[in-house]
Amino acid sequence: MTDIRYLSPHTLDEAVSAFAAAGSAARILAGGTDLLVQMRAGVVKPGLIVDIKKIAEMTAIEETAGGGFRVGAAVSGMELAEHPRFGKVWPGVLEAVNLIGSKQVQGRASAGGNLCNGSPAGDSVPAMIAAGAIVIVQGPNGRREMKVEDVPAGPGRTNLKPGEILVSFALPPRPPGSGDAYLRMIPRTEMDIAVVGCGVSLTMKDGVCTAARVGLGAVAPTVLLVEPAAKALIGSKLDDAALNAAAAACSAACRPIDDKRGTIAYRIKVAGVLLKRTAAIAAKRAREN
Amino acid sequence: MAKLHVTTTINGEPAEFLCEPGDTMLDALRGPLGLTGSKEGCASGDCGACSILLDDRLICSCLMLAAEAEGHELGTIEGMAHGEHLHPLQQKFLEMAALQCGICTSGMLVASDALLRKNPHPSEEEVRFWLAGNLCRCTGYDKIVRAVLETAAEMQEAAQ
Repeated sequence: MTDIRYLSPHTLDEAVSAFAAAGSAARILAGGTDLLVQMRAGVVKPGLIVDIKKIAEMTAIEETAGGGFRVGAAVSGMELAEHPRFGKVWPGVLEAVNLIGSKQVQGRASAGGNLCNGSPAGDSVPAMIAAGAIVIVQGPNGRREMKVEDVPAGPGRTNLKPGEILVSFALPPRPPGSGDAYLRMIPRTEMDIAVVGCGVSLTMKDGVCTAARVGLGAVAPTVLLVEPAAKALIGSKLDDAALNAAAAACSAACRPIDDKRGTIAYRIKVAGVLLKRTAAIAAKRAREN
Repeated sequence: MAKLHVTTTINGEPAEFLCEPGDTMLDALRGPLGLTGSKEGCASGDCGACSILLDDRLICSCLMLAAEAEGHELGTIEGMAHGEHLHPLQQKFLEMAALQCGICTSGMLVASDALLRKNPHPSEEEVRFWLAGNLCRCTGYDKIVRAVLETAAEMQEAAQ
């Protein structure tokens, strides 16, 4: 690790120009809980590390005028949990972010890093997709927005262009009667990687579901937005028929692998089960709002 | 490549050191800074033996670059006792034999201290969840959890 350069710029423009100039050998450092492990294992040998935590926009949590949230890409799970309002408005996103690793990891790891690491099993990603979050990305050609579900390209890969840096997440304003939730299946109680992860966000009006989004993790090369599952919920009273249809849509969307954490058949079945359980929690929260 | 010069604060005292850009904070603590209380177990953020505080937040020093310490405040196990006076957690770990080989102990103490500062009256479940990132291969955890709960109870009594 001798020929590494370390930069900690105070502005995004400096970060983008250094990152873009260094090409594929450069890595962004937010919490470092993936990057340092990859460096240690010799999987990644960066020529340049750009630490983005001195850039105010990337470490800020802001509630926007319309009632939405803007969360900097480098905000740690612990910081998000300590925010007085975020967990009240987006409990599902918060519980997903807070499932990433131990308390030590929570002190550093960010939703931005979780997304850019490109793991199909990243816990925050299905919840962010369900929330309808947009990411703001900045690169040599300026700023653009992407839907969270458009960021992952495959295991360990993203659709960010060379030199682009994920700056923040924008979560939309919440209509009354909305709730979200995230559940993952793991064979233990804590500190594990999802066998299946499911995020659901719903809006209920007079007992009828008027809006829904479903994100599904660890069942395909990328985390999925499952629109047929959302369609099955919208317009229903979340009765058994609607939940069964949504569960079937989740199972149908799965394109999983067999590995040591779960078989294909098991993941497909669990995806449907988790949809029902997650939707129930999201609906309960929606009714309380 | 020239070494980086880092100015920081460790256990309330100003500190400076030289490091390579790829060195971890744990490398710097155990090397140039001579603070060997933080241990390297896994070097991948799984075991918690290298736990320290970064601006009062619990982290694994093996997952932080040494260069990142510039301008921040670190807290290590070496700052826990005041001279000859052990921290109540340290005293209780000794009394209740909450350690055997000792490799995990400094990380357990730093993490437990961070918990009690945030939540002075944790339940057993809260202690177990909080310490899930600290692995111990000797004790089976029970004595550690009991020592933390007992310390919390005694600190509460002492405060009244």
